[in-house]
Amino acid sequence: MAHALLKGETGDWEMVIGLEVHAQVLTKSKLFSGASADFGAAPNAQVSPIDAGMPGMLPVINKLCIEKAVRTGLGLNAKINMYSVFERKNYFYPDLPQGYQISQYQHPIVGEGIIEIDLPDGSIKKIGIERLHLEQDAGKSLHDQHPSKSYVDLNRSGNPLMEIVSKPDMNSAEEAAAYVTKLRAIVRYLDTCDGNMDEGSMRCDVNLSMRRPGAPLGTRCEIKNVNSIRFVQQAIEYEARRQIEVLEGGGKITQETRLFDTKNGTTRTMRSKEDAHDYRYFPDPDLLPLKLEQAFVDDIKKTLPELPDAKKKRFIDMGLSPYDASVLVAEKERADFYEKVADNNDPKLAANWVTTELAGALNKAGKALHDSPISAEKLGGLLKLIADNTISGKIAKEVFSEMFATGKDAAKIVDEKGLKQVTDTGTIEKLVNEVLAENPDKVAEYKAGKDKMFGFFVGQVLKRSGGKANPAMVNDLLKAKLGS
Amino acid sequence: MKNLTTLTIKEALIGLKKKEFTAVELTEAHIKAAEAARHLNCYITETFDLARKQAKESDARYAKGTAGLLDGIPVAMKDLFCTEGIQTTAASNILKGFKPPYESTVSANLWRDGATMLGKANLDEFAMGSSNTTSAFGNVINPWRSKNHDKPLVPGGSGGGSAAAVAARIAMGATGTDTGGSIRQPAAFCGIAGIKPTYGRCSRFGIVAFASSLDQAGPTARTSEDCALMLQSMAGYDPKDSTSVNRPVPEYSKSIGQSVKGLKVGVPKEYRIDGTNPEIIKLWEKGVQMMKDAGAEIVDVSLPHTKYALQTYYVIAPAECSSNLARYDGVRFGLRVEGDNLVDTYEKTRAEGFGKEVKRRILIGTYVLSAGYYDAYYNKARSVRKLIWQDFINAYQKCDVLLTPTVPTPAFAIGENMQDPVTMYLNDVFTIPASMAGMPGMSLPVGLSSDGLPLGLQLLGKPFDEETVFKVAHVIEKAANFTALPQSLMSKAA
Amino acid sequence: MSIDINTVRKVAKLARIRTTDAETEVLSGELSKILKMIEQLNEVNTDGVEPMTSVIEMKMPEREDKVTDGGIPEKILANAPEHTAGFFVVPKVVE
Ligand SMILES: [Mg+2]
Ligand SMILES: [Zn+2]
Repeated sequence: MAHALLKGETGDWEMVIGLEVHAQVLTKSKLFSGASADFGAAPNAQVSPIDAGMPGMLPVINKLCIEKAVRTGLGLNAKINMYSVFERKNYFYPDLPQGYQISQYQHPIVGEGIIEIDLPDGSIKKIGIERLHLEQDAGKSLHDQHPSKSYVDLNRSGNPLMEIVSKPDMNSAEEAAAYVTKLRAIVRYLDTCDGNMDEGSMRCDVNLSMRRPGAPLGTRCEIKNVNSIRFVQQAIEYEARRQIEVLEGGGKITQETRLFDTKNGTTRTMRSKEDAHDYRYFPDPDLLPLKLEQAFVDDIKKTLPELPDAKKKRFIDMGLSPYDASVLVAEKERADFYEKVADNNDPKLAANWVTTELAGALNKAGKALHDSPISAEKLGGLLKLIADNTISGKIAKEVFSEMFATGKDAAKIVDEKGLKQVTDTGTIEKLVNEVLAENPDKVAEYKAGKDKMFGFFVGQVLKRSGGKANPAMVNDLLKAKLGS
Repeated sequence: MKNLTTLTIKEALIGLKKKEFTAVELTEAHIKAAEAARHLNCYITETFDLARKQAKESDARYAKGTAGLLDGIPVAMKDLFCTEGIQTTAASNILKGFKPPYESTVSANLWRDGATMLGKANLDEFAMGSSNTTSAFGNVINPWRSKNHDKPLVPGGSGGGSAAAVAARIAMGATGTDTGGSIRQPAAFCGIAGIKPTYGRCSRFGIVAFASSLDQAGPTARTSEDCALMLQSMAGYDPKDSTSVNRPVPEYSKSIGQSVKGLKVGVPKEYRIDGTNPEIIKLWEKGVQMMKDAGAEIVDVSLPHTKYALQTYYVIAPAECSSNLARYDGVRFGLRVEGDNLVDTYEKTRAEGFGKEVKRRILIGTYVLSAGYYDAYYNKARSVRKLIWQDFINAYQKCDVLLTPTVPTPAFAIGENMQDPVTMYLNDVFTIPASMAGMPGMSLPVGLSSDGLPLGLQLLGKPFDEETVFKVAHVIEKAANFTALPQSLMSKAA
Repeated sequence: MSIDINTVRKVAKLARIRTTDAETEVLSGELSKILKMIEQLNEVNTDGVEPMTSVIEMKMPEREDKVTDGGIPEKILANAPEHTAGFFVVPKVVE
């Protein structure tokens, strides 16, 4: 896709976007303590003295976090670093109990990688991954509970995060959205992060600068904690316009951290950043360097699932359109659902039913796929009834509605309602004869060359059968009777 | 009945087993002595009632025949070890009133083996100091006095309260932590024994951190054998400390009494530095002779980077401390001084909560880690640290153990050496190198100065070879026959 | 190098320690002296020497992913200078 350039008063501008995504590692316990990492507990109920930064408390690393970071790295086609180091990032903030965040700085666990993003026009773009490192989450400050106080809950403090940093390879809000969508799909496929942005399991920092097409990079601003894909797009669109206005007004962009205001879709300078940060990173003396063994990495490699890109390719090979394939693989849940439906059924037919009928019905009912009243197995059962001519595609839609309303099996509904397709030649022939006998004028018209009449006869026969007559057989018999 | 406070731990354990006296009697004797010696200011928090309760339980175990390694032995706990539900201050205003909801692993190990706790011993604030004059709870006074003047002397630091308590017979043993000499230097100043084991030998879990890559717990007691017994209890692998080493703890007391015949004792020439008291050099030579007499072989060795250990220490320890002490911000525990806003509250809390020496070290540590200086100071120091460590590894190719003085001078008067921090720092020149390299080190009382003050020698061992250190220590101990008592106790003993 | 008064102020700000003008001046002298001592390290040739992080040479221990801690909010809050409704309370933070 050609770069989407923005028009300014004085000419075209190009956005340069890089994203830092914080993804919470899917674990039971925290990165360095045995407290629960679950979401939604009462304040400070999931805090160990380690997470509260109490005197004499020491970190011990959670094995599963290492495993999942490596797993994610492999899923990002990235270099796994066999030697990495945890360092302390020092700064003061009430939700940072130790006075430092244990993170990785000079030596991250995962190095450069690359992923492909799917753009709305069906094209694909490669986005570079700069690095992935493990770090602790901070607690949560609530500023709106009291006029002069802030409240601090440390439940999140110490939760395991993977910070995934992209290269500045994106040039539009759509690309950024596609990147986050793809990254979320990948971590969900890998089962390394639940990707729930509304619970904060995935959070984005957006780095954005503007330049004239082909010019060197401009000064960037970082927009912190943009917590939905829609907000990522809004923040980028607003910030790009803001920067263009500054630049075209003869001003300069100051490198700064900005906040996205979800209420009005704007960004603003973070006031707390007045004193320039000097994080004084140094290796955490409470921990040792993390050394991995090749066998450990190889073992993880063996358990990697099929990832969205590979799955998409396979779906296309099965006969699906690239569009249908990318819609289906975008969510692991949807892809898994689809594969169950498609089991022993026509792949294209299954794709149609999943992406149109089911998706439409769910959408209308305001339901998510995992609340679907029709399971994948049941939908597959319906398709089998079509395939073996038990019902027609038209009747199938009726059965589908009934299934969606009641959750019953397709076969059972067909049985109860007597919707089984009529394939008995005698019965159909009888209906054909009746229709032809009752419409001699129409038969004459047809014989005089009015081919369109054929459709009328088919419709009448089907109607008379209550929609149950096998349409192909009706066709054949009519053709025979009318002698054409 | 004889005065129970004059016993060594070993003797007391024998007496308890033989039912010559009870743990309650032993503990009461020490409580009485502690009450009489309150002017020394050894304890920040006395826990006499707890000690009595523990002693009762101990007697019950002796009655049942289930007594542990240190059952009934009353000890002092350096107030850097977190003790569950009992105030733990690190001798700082910023932690006044702090009651940890957890127990340090080392103290838990001692309770597991039946020791009783008399109190939380005074120390330099956050273990930063060499004279125990930086405590927010007042100076500790050395029970020893100079023959030549009446001024109260420092007990050394940071473990001044621990060492003075053991020397004054108000605790049979005490825990310490050694970051640059905080067990060994006060032991030398107070005429007792103390060992810093190999880094990683004792768990750091629950010890208020000063400099994490250096901090190591160890015991201080009146004999090497008592130290061996205590270390046996305190040491061990702890899955809660990522720098704790998973290897079995030997029965250290078995090293006591073993021959050193044929053992190679290294004498590093770099420890002959300017400004060392000539009496201490003489003592060192005497120590060498003792080893020769016991059949050991003396080897001249060189640790060429010794003279840079102090400088290395004053980059690495402050750097780590500046970060370790960031958690004292008045939010979750300890002192808070309310300000106009959050930053103001932070700054006032930390200004009032920390003493001068702690602030100095936080600032120097913040400086050496800050942008633009990191490589020049911090990384440089880490590289020199590697060279210091390599020196030891090279020396241990030629010898089994090193013999050096512990401190360049005997204890000095409170108020001396305070004019500038660098002079004070020189106290630790002989103890810091082994801290930088993580090697085990022990100080032993070997003689008296012409002022009548104790002088110590230091033994440095190979990593995790505390056994050789104990073996040699006992030989020197026997040869030195150090029986002098602090003046405060002489009248009582007479 | 020496640590002038402005540098002391900057470092004290970073370390969140309020210092009076008089203290700042004294500290400038003391810290400069310490720094001067530290700078003797420049005499040492460290070319090709890998900076040391830990004196122990072993693999970093790892724990299993199990919930073994937490669930003690009252203990976590017990030492707090100010808390309410299960939260730590601090002067308002302005972002
Ligand atoms: Mg970041
Ligand atoms: Zn981060």
